[in-house]
Amino acid sequence: MDIGLTHYLVLSAILFTIGVAGIILNHKNIIVILMSVELILLSVNINLVAFSTQSGDLTGQVFALFILTVAAAEAAIGLAILVAFYRNRGSIAVEDINALKG
Amino acid sequence: MQADVIFFWIFAVVLIGSALTVIVARNPVHSVLFLILAFVNAAGLFLLMGAEFLGMMLIVVYVGAVAVLFLFVVMLLDVDFAELKQGFVKYLPIGGLIALGVAGELGYAATKWAPSPHFAAAASPVGTISNTRALGQVLYTHYVYFFQAAGLVLLTAMIGAIVLTLRHKEGVKRQNIADQVARTPATSVELRKVASRAGL
Repeated sequence: MDIGLTHYLVLSAILFTIGVAGIILNHKNIIVILMSVELILLSVNINLVAFSTQSGDLTGQVFALFILTVAAAEAAIGLAILVAFYRNRGSIAVEDINALKG
Repeated sequence: MQADVIFFWIFAVVLIGSALTVIVARNPVHSVLFLILAFVNAAGLFLLMGAEFLGMMLIVVYVGAVAVLFLFVVMLLDVDFAELKQGFVKYLPIGGLIALGVAGELGYAATKWAPSPHFAAAASPVGTISNTRALGQVLYTHYVYFFQAAGLVLLTAMIGAIVLTLRHKEGVKRQNIADQVARTPATSVELRKVASRAGL
């Protein structure tokens, strides 16, 4: 049995699903939510790279590179906000983050 | 079975297993470690697909930087993670339901898709030269503005992270270079005429 594009697509679909489920199940723990977002972005990258290598078009890999960049920036900013929030409030539970609530 | 098929299944199974462990682990440190394992296996998959540069990037950027950042933050914050784990079982049915819906849709799309009749691959230098070289040839020509914009995004993120977390504590002695340079003999040296045998 050969490994084709469909294998990679199904794999990335499963990974995306795990990421979405992780966001819902760990809805109190923002660190695990951020990790789930990383998983989702990874699945998108697998999708892009699979299509890119199958069709012989490098555009997908270039976009995967940009997604990698944005994901790294997002993780850095998100964790920095988390550290700043923890210093001010002493908690990172998602339900305690309600300062903007009207 | 050829080696690439075997490796695909190894990487895929370990990737999904470690991704599942990331979201169910009780201890966030374990989550981060399994996230690293997931990234390494995804890098292996990228290598199998022939995207060597992205595979290496994944290891350098994610395992080397992002995952270690997560590890630092998890260990830095003194949080009761068991309390944050509550509600996991309560939300299992609805989470599973939504996950099943997403999986059904994505699985349907992944198996039933067909390329557009207008699809034509852009002429990319693939085949004779290495993946890294081919990527560089399009990245620095076709996508050079996007490349610069990505650099700007990273610069913004770096400055933002520093501004968000840097704080100046009161009462900490610091070197102030401007003050040091501005010193003159007039402000730092005091000349006194000391009378003999009198002392100061």
